[in-house]
Amino acid sequence: MSNELTATDARAHEWRSRFPTVNYLNADYGIKSWLLTKDHKRIALLYLVSVTFFFLIGGAYAGAIRLELLTPQGDLVQSQTYNKLFTHHGIMMVFFFLIPSIPATLGNFLVPMMIGAKDLAFPRINLLSWYIYMLGGVLTFSALLFGGVDTGWTFYVPYSTNFSNTYVVLAGLGIFINGFSSILTGLNFIVTIHTMRAPGMTWFRLPLFIWSHYATSLIFILGTPVIAITILLIALERLAHVGIFDPALGGDPVLFQHMFWFYSHPAVYIMILPAMGVVSELIATHTRKPIFGYSFVAFSSLAIAIFGFLVWGHHLFVSSQSVYAGMIFSLISFVVAIPSAVKVFNWTATMYKGSISYDTPMLYAFAFIGLFTIGGMTGVMLAALGFDVHVTDTYFVVAHFHYIMVGGAMMGYLGGLHNWWPKITGRMYPEGWGRFAALVVFVGFNLTFFPQFLLGYMGMPRRYHAYPADVPLWQVLHVMSTAGASILGIGLLIPGVYFLWSMRYGRFAPANPWPATGLEWRTPSPPPTENFAVTPVVTWEAYEYRPVEEMRVIGPGESAEQAAGVQPPLDRAET
Amino acid sequence: MSVHIVPRKIYFSVFAALLVLTGTTVFAATIPFGRMNDVVAMTIAVTKMMLVLLFFMHVRYSSRLIWVIVASMFFWLLILLLLTLTDYSSRSWFGPTVIT
Ligand code: HEM
Ligand SMILES: [Cu+2]
Repeated sequence: MSNELTATDARAHEWRSRFPTVNYLNADYGIKSWLLTKDHKRIALLYLVSVTFFFLIGGAYAGAIRLELLTPQGDLVQSQTYNKLFTHHGIMMVFFFLIPSIPATLGNFLVPMMIGAKDLAFPRINLLSWYIYMLGGVLTFSALLFGGVDTGWTFYVPYSTNFSNTYVVLAGLGIFINGFSSILTGLNFIVTIHTMRAPGMTWFRLPLFIWSHYATSLIFILGTPVIAITILLIALERLAHVGIFDPALGGDPVLFQHMFWFYSHPAVYIMILPAMGVVSELIATHTRKPIFGYSFVAFSSLAIAIFGFLVWGHHLFVSSQSVYAGMIFSLISFVVAIPSAVKVFNWTATMYKGSISYDTPMLYAFAFIGLFTIGGMTGVMLAALGFDVHVTDTYFVVAHFHYIMVGGAMMGYLGGLHNWWPKITGRMYPEGWGRFAALVVFVGFNLTFFPQFLLGYMGMPRRYHAYPADVPLWQVLHVMSTAGASILGIGLLIPGVYFLWSMRYGRFAPANPWPATGLEWRTPSPPPTENFAVTPVVTWEAYEYRPVEEMRVIGPGESAEQAAGVQPPLDRAET
Repeated sequence: MSVHIVPRKIYFSVFAALLVLTGTTVFAATIPFGRMNDVVAMTIAVTKMMLVLLFFMHVRYSSRLIWVIVASMFFWLLILLLLTLTDYSSRSWFGPTVIT
């Protein structure tokens, strides 16, 4: 017993010698101090680990899908199994990775820090949201393990009611429960942003990351209850035969699609808005310029959140929705592209004559702008009634939303992780490897998904495990896509490895390595549990950046370790 | 934050009213109102919802900010209903296409 104690003491001692400052990572020890923590930064790390776990599962299913499509024959799996593969992939990626990815990890970590607060408004509710998320995740994951679901991530009736003998209710229950975690996170963010800003942090001094998370939180609160109710109605119809969606019972199947997409179109903006917030930060920091047209970018986030609720009918163009309703939804879909375009143009204008760095976070920001533009423009194409009838439910749609969800949301997430990794862990990631991996990810991504636009345009339907062998071009494009997916997978593994490596062997990060102007950088890396030694008073505007030459005068500052002479000063010219 | 203390009597009478209205729903279901069936059922349901919202959820005693938020929730529900109805109400305008 006493032996054990001294061993723990020795470990604690070693830990403290590595991090001479007391910070949120070493302030407390043991599993319990993590599982019962109320610190938003630790909760962010809990989310980071679990989100990564679900991402790996979703990724494994994607690998199986791409492997099956390597050859025209359905030879690897049967069609029934294939149905489960794409369903599981979609469910895991959408509900358990993409939706919580940025808000629950980077958002949780950064929202209080960026506004100069000690924590979120409701720390206990924050922890509760993680437990709810894990409960939902475990339930849905167990449904997949017991035998799976074959309805597609969209759970369309009648697949999910009359014609499915799979674990629809259990999987749905997990998603239903998970929804409450989103609602609690959104609620927490909104209250925090309203009530806990530091003195002087006015609304128009907020980083754009905060504006986009505010908009995301609005969607969380306004949209999530509708998907919860929709899933509940499915369960009611399956279990109690209440006629909601089944025509034989007096229901209407298209009603399901209306209700599902009332949430799920806004939900696609849940995935992209936080990434847009990240990209605004990255571009300002790594071009050393204030964001061009700050208030336009800020309000475009709100506009996206609100108008995003008015366009869901563009998913029902071929579902026997009235053509007149289709015309209205098509028109509003064209309009919703405007606020997104405002952002893209303003980011581009920000880069004009900036001192652009090519550090890893900025590489991901570049990737985001290009890939999001392709994804968004093909979205506008799909919103055109005539064109959509041709390509609906083909790989064109698959390519469209992967350009946005992977090319947009994922790139934003990776760029953000790299940008704030020094703050989160107190260690630098290896810059050379970072740039190399960003390049691999970019090449792999495009090789995976660009051929899918062509396939879809030529008529390859989505959700099929076999395709005609007599048009050789189809297989060529599918092979390209599978090859790209392998490259993409490797490109994503590299950061996984060096992030883990850097936690132990990376160089100590200074307080402000880039250097950036945000409040989160004006406190040590990693920050103390209370975030700031004294409550900051903000006397400057957002993004008061100066050209790169100024860095020679003020520099990135020293970490506590450097001040103590434990480590030589960080010289960025070395990397 | 000041907390408004609601007398127990109010809770019990709201509860009684909800029970009576539930009974009314069941009873009304046995009478054929024709086209008015939906209207009758929805009127009773909305009345019950308002009772819960105003008294059980304390909206009646809350600040203007809460009122604005509740109103915006209703507005969002209205969007869901109205835009969905653009579909259902106009489906029959476009008859089947006959190719000759
Ligand atoms: C900004 C982020 C966006 C994301 C994350 C996104 C995501 C998605 C997803 C997931 C789907 C496929 C759903 C399914 O059937 O499984 C989809 C389809 C569609 N998207 Fe997007 N989208 C975005 C932007 C846009 C924009 C800006 C427009 C139009 C202005 C648009 C128009 C469409 C249309 C019309 C479809 C339906 C295509 C069809 O099924 O035929 N999208 N999108
Ligand atoms: Cu949509």
